[in-house]
Amino acid sequence: MSIWSYANPVKFLTLSARVQPVLWVLSLACVATGLIWGFFGTPQDYRQGATVKIIYLHVPAALMAINAWFMMLVASLIWLIRRHHVSALAAKAAAPVGVVMTVIALLTGAIWGQPMWGTWWAWDPRLTSFLILFLFYLGYIALWEAIEDPDTAADLTSVLCLVGSVFAVLSRYAVQFWNQGLHQGTSVPVATGGRSVDDVFFYPLVICMIGFGLLFVALVFYRTGTEIRLRRAAALRARAGRAA
Amino acid sequence: MRALLIRDLTLALRAGGGFGLGLAFFLIVTVLVPFSVGPQAALLQLIAPGVLWLGALLACLLSLDRLLALDFEDGTLDLLLTAPLPLEGALSVKALAHWLTTGLPLVLAAPVLGVLLNLATPGYLWLVVSLALGTPTLSVIGCFGAALTVGIKRGGLLLSLLVLPLYVPTLIFGAEVARRGAGGQEVTTPLLMLAGITCAVIALMPFASAAVLRMGLR
Amino acid sequence: MMPELGKYAVEVLSAYAVSLLLLAVLVLWTLRRGRAARATLDAAEKEAGRHG
Repeated sequence: MSIWSYANPVKFLTLSARVQPVLWVLSLACVATGLIWGFFGTPQDYRQGATVKIIYLHVPAALMAINAWFMMLVASLIWLIRRHHVSALAAKAAAPVGVVMTVIALLTGAIWGQPMWGTWWAWDPRLTSFLILFLFYLGYIALWEAIEDPDTAADLTSVLCLVGSVFAVLSRYAVQFWNQGLHQGTSVPVATGGRSVDDVFFYPLVICMIGFGLLFVALVFYRTGTEIRLRRAAALRARAGRAA
Repeated sequence: MRALLIRDLTLALRAGGGFGLGLAFFLIVTVLVPFSVGPQAALLQLIAPGVLWLGALLACLLSLDRLLALDFEDGTLDLLLTAPLPLEGALSVKALAHWLTTGLPLVLAAPVLGVLLNLATPGYLWLVVSLALGTPTLSVIGCFGAALTVGIKRGGLLLSLLVLPLYVPTLIFGAEVARRGAGGQEVTTPLLMLAGITCAVIALMPFASAAVLRMGLR
Repeated sequence: MMPELGKYAVEVLSAYAVSLLLLAVLVLWTLRRGRAARATLDAAEKEAGRHG
């Protein structure tokens, strides 16, 4: 049985019902553990003081903001190529979660930046790119809401996600060119294997990142289920309307 | 295709076609800027390239709904879909017509408005060059946005929300060329980036626009 | 048992407050919408059952 069998809405809902309890428990456990450990159990940074504790929110949120969009991109491609409604609805379901992650990243970034850089907002390349990402999310969600026919909406938003992704990457480079910026290097550069964050901060951070990731998956499963139900209800009503 | 171009140009230039509105908006925005930031010549000179770019971009944005909405309303779009002309070509032509009637006048007007904002002398050339390179991109990207929102009632605001983030790279590099040019600095990098974006967008975006239009009109 | 937050206490606490609040709102809104969707579907299925 391949993963494509879950393109069937009923099978998906069954799977969703099975995995969700585990996902919710694990994600909340990780987030709670990570945040509590990070908040209470780690020292202050000699340069940044207690504000370093904001990292446990800011970095996981920023990571999920980008991953959410990437997941939407893959789901959009699957819809365009294989026409699986569950995929289109999963992309639709993920967007609000991505938006909230982006907003958390922006707000925590600004709050963290104030004591560090002396300003509530700085047009730093990273923060600016997240602001642009926020606009892309808004446009995507607005387009879903604006179109009545669900299949057309799925089509148009999928293409928007694709085109938007290209321009988002382009914007990232443009913004970096435009302002060389204040951000430190990435906290966890997976590719290089090096790290600019000390061990003592690192482990709670990883737990938070995992927790946020699991929370995203749990929310998307739940929300996709909601979208499937709403879609089915609308279809039933439409059929009843025609028969009546 | 030429017939389509001529038709679009004629429609735009006729009374009620909206020609000149973009230009008027550009003028108004430029005039409003000193009122909002103060009249100090040094400050105006500093922000002139960016403000002029932004004004041109917004003027372009505001005329986008004209691109497809009118044709949608009178059924021309359905005809275009079934015509032997490839839709990608038709949309490219429409974007060209849009640029000729909106972008190009903005490019020509920009130096005049530059005088109002005390633009530095070397900046005039680079402002015109960057706008000439950038405004076609704005038209083609705008066509994509118009295709996405065709048929949505009062889709103008949504169109702006969708298109403005897509405009960011062009704006960044275009304004950078204008700014550096005005300061007498090296403009090669942003100029190349701007040209690259323009070429890629003009070549590839019509395919996305056509696909979206077909989806939306099904 | 509050850790030594020093002079940045306001910033850290507000960052945590805002983030947790947003996450809570997201989860609660998600759950509410989910419950409403189930109710809507049940109603629609009952209607369909009556006519179909």
